[in-house]
Amino acid sequence: MVAEFGLFALWIAFAASLLLAVVPMVGSYRDSSLLMTVDRPLARVLFIALSGSVIALAIAFLNDDFSVAYVANHSNSLLPWYYKITAVWGSHEGSVLFQLWILSIWIIAFSLFSKRVDTVLRARVLSVLGLVSLGFCAFILFTSSPFERLLPFAPGEGSDLNPLLQDFGMIIHPPLLYIGYVGFAISYGFAIAALLSNRLDREWARWARPWTAIAMGFLTLGIVIGSWWAYAELGWGGWWFWDPVENASLMPWLVGVALVHSLSVSEQRGAFLSWTLLLSISAFSLSLLGAFLVRSGVITSVHAFASDPERGMFILWILFIAVGGGLLLYALKLPKNLKAKPFGLTGREFFLLLNNVFLVVITVTVLIGTLWPLIADALNWGKISVGAQYFNAIAIPMFTLMSVLVPIGVYANWGGSSSELGSKLLVPIALSLLIALGAGALIDFSLSTILVWWLGCWLLVATLDQLRRATAGFNKTKLMSLRSGLWGMYLSHAGIGVAIIGVGMTTLHSAEVDVRMGEGDSHVVGSYEFTLREFAPLRGPNYQSESATIDVYYRERLVATLVPEKRRYVATGQIMTEAAVDDGLTRDLYVALGEPLDNGDWAVRLQVKSFMRWVWYGGAMIFLGGLLAGFDRRYRRKYE
Amino acid sequence: MHPKRKQRLTLVVLMVVGVSLAAFLILKAMEDNLNLFYSPRDIAASAPSNNETIRVGGMVVAGSVVRSQESLAVTFDLTDGDAIVTVSYAGILPDLFAEDEAAVATGTFDGNQLNATQVLAKHDENYMPPEVADAMKSEGEY
Repeated sequence: MVAEFGLFALWIAFAASLLLAVVPMVGSYRDSSLLMTVDRPLARVLFIALSGSVIALAIAFLNDDFSVAYVANHSNSLLPWYYKITAVWGSHEGSVLFQLWILSIWIIAFSLFSKRVDTVLRARVLSVLGLVSLGFCAFILFTSSPFERLLPFAPGEGSDLNPLLQDFGMIIHPPLLYIGYVGFAISYGFAIAALLSNRLDREWARWARPWTAIAMGFLTLGIVIGSWWAYAELGWGGWWFWDPVENASLMPWLVGVALVHSLSVSEQRGAFLSWTLLLSISAFSLSLLGAFLVRSGVITSVHAFASDPERGMFILWILFIAVGGGLLLYALKLPKNLKAKPFGLTGREFFLLLNNVFLVVITVTVLIGTLWPLIADALNWGKISVGAQYFNAIAIPMFTLMSVLVPIGVYANWGGSSSELGSKLLVPIALSLLIALGAGALIDFSLSTILVWWLGCWLLVATLDQLRRATAGFNKTKLMSLRSGLWGMYLSHAGIGVAIIGVGMTTLHSAEVDVRMGEGDSHVVGSYEFTLREFAPLRGPNYQSESATIDVYYRERLVATLVPEKRRYVATGQIMTEAAVDDGLTRDLYVALGEPLDNGDWAVRLQVKSFMRWVWYGGAMIFLGGLLAGFDRRYRRKYE
Repeated sequence: MHPKRKQRLTLVVLMVVGVSLAAFLILKAMEDNLNLFYSPRDIAASAPSNNETIRVGGMVVAGSVVRSQESLAVTFDLTDGDAIVTVSYAGILPDLFAEDEAAVATGTFDGNQLNATQVLAKHDENYMPPEVADAMKSEGEY
């Protein structure tokens, strides 16, 4: 029964989306305030119906209702209860439903917290969101319903959740990512509404800013947690693979970051307005493209769900309508005579322009590299894959240059003629260079190490200096009253600095060996000695495993005992590597079991990863920065 | 020149320079890093040169996996049902690597065997890399 209820609720959501897509839009053209404000009850119905639908699916999982095909394929009676709940978004059908539910949260949030937004504009944004929701609903109902029954022959036991997904990182990674992806629907709605209403000005940009910043923040956290999960769970100790689906999440992120900065220029100076619109359309389109790449099975990837051309076609149509419609409107209705204040080459606008150019170039690079294999295949040029080196060759220099410019842009004044710009830069550059040389001396004094530390410290020191200048030397009352938008910016920029040190150090100074080990064997990696004490079998709720106990010594002192496992999941017989990690501020110790060898030894991978945590710390800071910026009260104040 | 026009000109020039530079870098990086996919049949028909990085996919032939007793070196055969290619690799194989299952190896072909730097297997029970599925399909085996 509960599955039928879920399906029924989904149809109610379909109807509510349809009404939301039509009624406020019609109202905005008829100038009827009644029709334009009907969004609030509709948004509520949509949210409640979808919550009901998601809960129904969760209950089907908790009750082990294996007559529901989705539950039978992705659960098992031995699965712990929390993984039964997270299995709701563990595969294709459920994850689309879950994503739609998150969209309904965005919609209800927007309908509640947009009182300041112009009524007509607001109604149109909501109608566009209704249209997006309608597309999602139709997609689920017509191609991928998670409520389909396996009747009359329901299996007695489910085939279990993919063991890779039985992990804490997997519980939170997809929801965070979806909040980010779907959040760009609001920016998209703002862009379409602006074009329809011929209303493109600084006030419009101010209204759009907080929503974009929050979406960007969540997307950042989603990507970072995904990377952390891959690191902990895939057993290779890698954290970024330039996998097509990682790229699919990186592209909207890059454009989203560009959009956040371009919006700030639009709001403060009335410049870049048409560019901002284009970025808003692109960010959402790239989110949809990501969905297409993941769901259609056109690419080889660790993330690709089982392929289904019909679903792919459906998403391709949604993508076509969203991109084509958006760009057509852009071409036809872009307001003329946008008045922007002029700026010079030392103006903050110019640096933000460079930031946008860099981000877009990286996006295009990633897009080409990701789609190239598809294009080559379609044109019969053979089946190819693009190596990680391709992405690194472009992205690393671009990110480096861009990061150098970040603090300069913040020091520069709007409009330009910052005559004292050079003198402001002097102290932070010198200070960060000094720290970098110090760090270099402690590590290996190579040019690349010094460059990494200089770049990271340059961002940190300059950002701290900017905070000092903004608060008259860390004055307490000024610190307390500093707007949260500025806090958000400082925190995000400092986060980039922290992440650069993490990425650089872990790339340059990590040590890794694959070795054969038996009981009592020792191996030295970097300055750590790994000694295998014993092998032992273990049992979990739905798996059996072989484990090894490995003591790690640093200068003869025991610093960690790691117990990596090789699990065998009972229901599917699937084998899973469970790596063991000892995390620290300056290094992670990482051990994973490979495979058993003939004489009882195991192949073991031993790694010492330098400054690994800093990558995630930096990402978390960018997330917090995005949230702080989004909750700046200034964006909700009336425009003077 | 009018300052606004001058500014616009600077921007246009910067964009053109930037775009061409980016296009050049992208093409250069692309040229060096494209890995062509070969099925064992393709290799049997015409062997790729030994400095070219390629990917080879197929089913792991039952009984062909040989582990060295001293190190982590391993060799195994990949087949598309038609031809066979021997792969040599040193390191840890992925969890789902198994005989009679699909795998894709990346490396260079020395005329005899593929010296792999990376071996990938499917990541869950129901998944087969599309290239391997195609290769098997055209042989009528899958």
